[in-house]
Amino acid sequence: MLARIRHPGWIRATVWIVIGIGFSIALDVGIRAIYGHDRFTHFYEADAVLQVCLIAVPLFFLAGLGCFDYWAYWASGRKTRPEDHSGHGAKSWKSYFYPNTDHKVIGIQYTVHSFVFLFIGGLIAMLMRAELAAPGRQFVDANTFNGLFSVHASLLIFLFIIPVFAGLANYVLPLMIGAPDMAFPRLNALSFWLLPIAGVMMLMSFFWGSFASGWTAYAPLSVTAPIGQVFFTIAVQFAGASSIATALNFLVTIITMRAPGMSFFRMPLLVWANFSTSLLVVIATPFIAASQFFVLLDRAVGFNFFNYNLNGDVLMYQHVFWFYSHPAVYIMMLPGFGIVSEVLAVKSRKPIFGYRMMAFSLLAIVVLGFTVWAHHMFVSGMAPWIRIPMMVTTAIIAVPTGIKIFSWLATLWRGVLHLDTPMLFVLGFLTMFTLGGISGVMLAMVPLDIHVSDTYFIVAHIHYVLFGGSLFTIFAGVYYWFPKMTGRMLDERMGKWHFWLTFIFFNITFAPMHLIGVQGMPRRVSDYADKFATWNMIISLASFALGLSMLIFVYNVITSWRAGPKASSNPWHALTLEWQVSSPPPVFNFDTIPTVVGGPYEYGVPGAVHGIFGPAKPAEVPAVAPTTPAGG
Amino acid sequence: MEQDPKEPDTTGARERGNVTRGTLVRIIIIAGVAAVLGVVLALSINWFPVAASKQAGPIDTLWDVLLIFSVPIFVIVCTVVITSVVKFRMRPGEEDLDGPPIHGNTKLEVIWTTIPALLLLGLCTYSYLVLHDIEKAPASGREMRVAVTGQQFNWTFKYELGKRSFTSAQLYLPIHESVKFDIRSVDVLHDFWVPAFRMKIDAVPGIVTHYRVTPTRLGSYPVVCAELCGLGHAFMRNTAHVYPPDKFNAWVRKMQIAQGVISGGGGAGGGGGGNALAAGRAVFTGPGGCSACHTLADAKATGTVGPDLDKFLKPRNKAFIKTSIVDPNAYVEKGFPANTMPSNFGSTLSQSQIDAVVNYLYQVTR
Repeated sequence: MLARIRHPGWIRATVWIVIGIGFSIALDVGIRAIYGHDRFTHFYEADAVLQVCLIAVPLFFLAGLGCFDYWAYWASGRKTRPEDHSGHGAKSWKSYFYPNTDHKVIGIQYTVHSFVFLFIGGLIAMLMRAELAAPGRQFVDANTFNGLFSVHASLLIFLFIIPVFAGLANYVLPLMIGAPDMAFPRLNALSFWLLPIAGVMMLMSFFWGSFASGWTAYAPLSVTAPIGQVFFTIAVQFAGASSIATALNFLVTIITMRAPGMSFFRMPLLVWANFSTSLLVVIATPFIAASQFFVLLDRAVGFNFFNYNLNGDVLMYQHVFWFYSHPAVYIMMLPGFGIVSEVLAVKSRKPIFGYRMMAFSLLAIVVLGFTVWAHHMFVSGMAPWIRIPMMVTTAIIAVPTGIKIFSWLATLWRGVLHLDTPMLFVLGFLTMFTLGGISGVMLAMVPLDIHVSDTYFIVAHIHYVLFGGSLFTIFAGVYYWFPKMTGRMLDERMGKWHFWLTFIFFNITFAPMHLIGVQGMPRRVSDYADKFATWNMIISLASFALGLSMLIFVYNVITSWRAGPKASSNPWHALTLEWQVSSPPPVFNFDTIPTVVGGPYEYGVPGAVHGIFGPAKPAEVPAVAPTTPAGG
Repeated sequence: MEQDPKEPDTTGARERGNVTRGTLVRIIIIAGVAAVLGVVLALSINWFPVAASKQAGPIDTLWDVLLIFSVPIFVIVCTVVITSVVKFRMRPGEEDLDGPPIHGNTKLEVIWTTIPALLLLGLCTYSYLVLHDIEKAPASGREMRVAVTGQQFNWTFKYELGKRSFTSAQLYLPIHESVKFDIRSVDVLHDFWVPAFRMKIDAVPGIVTHYRVTPTRLGSYPVVCAELCGLGHAFMRNTAHVYPPDKFNAWVRKMQIAQGVISGGGGAGGGGGGNALAAGRAVFTGPGGCSACHTLADAKATGTVGPDLDKFLKPRNKAFIKTSIVDPNAYVEKGFPANTMPSNFGSTLSQSQIDAVVNYLYQVTR
């Protein structure tokens, strides 16, 4: 038993959690004693212990699980375990419940974990729609309802969209650039294990009076809200730390670990997309961390950043928050652009149209993405002149996005379209994301935004962008790489049913929200005027059907993973490197490091090869290298 | 964008990939018809609530212009996707076939970069002009001012007309006169929105925000809080009434007389009791904002965020009622969350207002 307590794992983690709680209580009581405060006289003072626990206990948990073992051994001068990669690869399903340094194991951990939170977030959405099916109170009180929409958004943003892209990229990106793993495998493992902490913490808020100030957590509401609020405030720190660590890992991996011959302009666009996303994450995420630390310090120890009675600045919160949270919508979209480029080229059997412009437009979005944040604040009461430059930059950022849409359309033109499930989701994305982009441009126009901000029009817009946009690309990516990740093929018939039901009910759910928003229904309300009743009933019914359509996906994934037909190494006849190894790939990805000799999308070029195994023979290179892309 | 890329088809084997000029013309005609039908359909939808201000006109027109530009863009994208699916989908026997290796076309890329950029800059310029139009001061210079205060979970409206200012629980405005709102909050963020007027702005604690409207249509319109402000947010609704000038002036006189009685400290004899009740009711539905969350038959309040006061206060004494108002967490009724009722009534209401509302609640719940 003692050995099991000493050995990293769940038993030791449990013991360390208990130690962590003890540590938090001791720290709190000790500091209060030093300051001469009374011991607890009122139940509410237990809040202090709770807040210290929320920060300290997760760190103790991670230490118990073994996330810091190697570094602790190394730092204290003890003998570290030799780097024999014994932590690599999954030995059984149990391996997925322990820290693992293999990017493929971590990729699957990330992806499956994120989908679990997609379904929790989706169930929460359906609870909300049940409440909203008719005016007046149905099932939940106002406090629970406000908690539901706050946790719905927080989970789907911080525990689904952002990490699921990191998960898919974690799996395929090192393979795509011909690397044996990510640059920092132990940091990679730590990045993943920070996530369940954030997710569990956000869900736990319901037991402490719920976190009910919306995912934007605007001050001063978040400063004065009940203690459930801090579960979000602190959870975001863990999710953010995970994001930053992964992004650093991607940047270093992409910059230093590309296979010989893989110049930047021979990288697949998914790699470009994650390069751009990682830049955004590394630069922007510290701002949301700061905004939540402000709130925490205001609440816990009276810093009064946002106390207007003491010259606190309420609008400052929104500026700092959106300086992250606007780039965050690109963090939630650019990796999807990468997935679309991969799937579209392979399934159209054509090179990506305007490859270089596709890469440059990503970088343009990264730069412009930092210049538009205050368009979320047109009615916030900030200085009026700021609205005009923000309107112009917001409109202009549609140009690089438009370049991408038009280039994808041109890639389709004259191709040989394989209309299987990944391609259907990509085509669904192209049309639905265009609608989301159009309503985005409408929202940039200040006079219209004054009328529709904080209405259901915003709810419609964000869901066309994140559901019709991001989620459709995520499904495309899962259907596309599932054979590589599991070695099994998904069922096509079920996949098509899944797509069509999702596509139809997505539109019935979210399209009417544009209308009721313009007509005057505010968002974030558990009750509404009677004139919106009919549309809300239709939306609620459609949302239940949308939820049910996801069960097809779950069933398809579970049955195919267990007993689907075995996948060949390259079922889609793709050129990129991840398809040139077995499905699933060997533990160290490549037995011999590949050499890249051409672009990634040379479909239709006779004899074109992207990478070859072993060093290139000089004479071979010109024969297989394509001519410079025309007009690229 | 539907034009035929000029590069040669190096696979050579595929006639199917070539779109003849006739087909292309047919597609463009179909897309054109679809775009026109789409625009007509989009414009025929009754999008907005009734327009009751001068500001509504330019905003509604801007929306129509945006629809006219948006629908064709969506139609173009759908046309290319649908045409590609129909004409270029893989047919049996083409499993190993690749498309032509077209890598790009500089001319096309320049076109689809510059045209959208110019279009967007045009729309921005137009929006700027609309914004200037809806925010500019009236040419006559005559403008009424109303101070709007948001508080969890109701609005109060303070009028500075004549010598004496007075407050109202609902918004009353004369038609065809520009009014500038000075918007404040005493606790958290709120957002003062009258959908029929189209304008909104946050009520921000610590600063005063503004906008102006000119009501152009008689009637009563909902006032909505558009910024999440806590548990009662959904119920933070109010009403704006637009009156003809003489009716508005009569209302102003009535309000001035009524509130003169309150500050005068009650009338003589039996009338005093009735006036005291009225004063308490005015606090309950007005600056106290109690009616947003509580049910109370006498005040016709039907809120459900907090306890039903008709039942809840029946067995309670005045001291309990007063404590519950100034320190709501001292006793929290089972089934209702703590920290929900604002705890700052002790500072936002005057002593006489608190006494009036305590007395009122005590009397009407016996």
